Amino acid sequence: MVETGTPERTTNKGPGRLLIAVYLLFAIAATSRAGLQLATKFDEAPVAYLLSGLAAAIYIVAAVGLARAGHAGRRVALACCSVELIGVVGVGVLSLVDEELFPDETVWSEFGSGYGYIPLVLPVLGLLWLWRTRHDTD
Amino acid sequence: MTSAAAAGSPVDGILATATIVLSLVLALWSLVAAVRHRPPDRLQFVGLAALEVALLALAVVALVALGGGERPGEPGAFFGYLVTLVCLPPLAWVLAKMEPTRWGSAIVCAICLVTPVVVVRLQQTWAVLGG
Repeated sequence: MVETGTPERTTNKGPGRLLIAVYLLFAIAATSRAGLQLATKFDEAPVAYLLSGLAAAIYIVAAVGLARAGHAGRRVALACCSVELIGVVGVGVLSLVDEELFPDETVWSEFGSGYGYIPLVLPVLGLLWLWRTRHDTD
Repeated sequence: MTSAAAAGSPVDGILATATIVLSLVLALWSLVAAVRHRPPDRLQFVGLAALEVALLALAVVALVALGGGERPGEPGAFFGYLVTLVCLPPLAWVLAKMEPTRWGSAIVCAICLVTPVVVVRLQQTWAVLGG
């Protein structure tokens, strides 16, 4: 194993814990919002609300992946962060090109502008963090 | 403008403003700690406790108003925000205890920046400002 002299680093310590905290906040926000939308007004914008639900699930799984650390956790987190990045950029572009597709806001609409663009920054930070800690697990 | 607005919202007053101010001061304090490589100190935990007390008081005020027959504009969202709100300081507390490094202070800072946003959203879902 390569030791760089820095203290032990896994995905769930130090900055990683902050990342997990923010992921948790987004998991809570997205889950409650999606749950409410799906339960009360699904017919108004099914695509947008299903997408909110998907985003919510991904935030939860990403948070768990980062918190569990280890090989499996890292792989799960890597997959989630990648899907998130693709999702937020894809939906961001689509929501600008075709407003009809997402009549109501989702977490990822307009690159997450409704959430201070944090949905756009978060997966990038997640991927950077996974990269920084890549040598730490056996 | 409307009679509901004239009657006043239970989550829109000195108490709500106090939670926002307290939260922002705490965010600033913990940011300074994080920048200075300091783990969460006693003052941060005292601040989180005070914030939680203020938020619980806000929740009680809201519930009393509900008991008195007043209704939020968006009940579902309102309760969602209310429950989330009182869970935030304990979440920050637990994570800060788990992470006794500068990053613990950073976590307190992040959650204390989110809290005022949730308070404002709570107020909006009571009043229904397009929310």
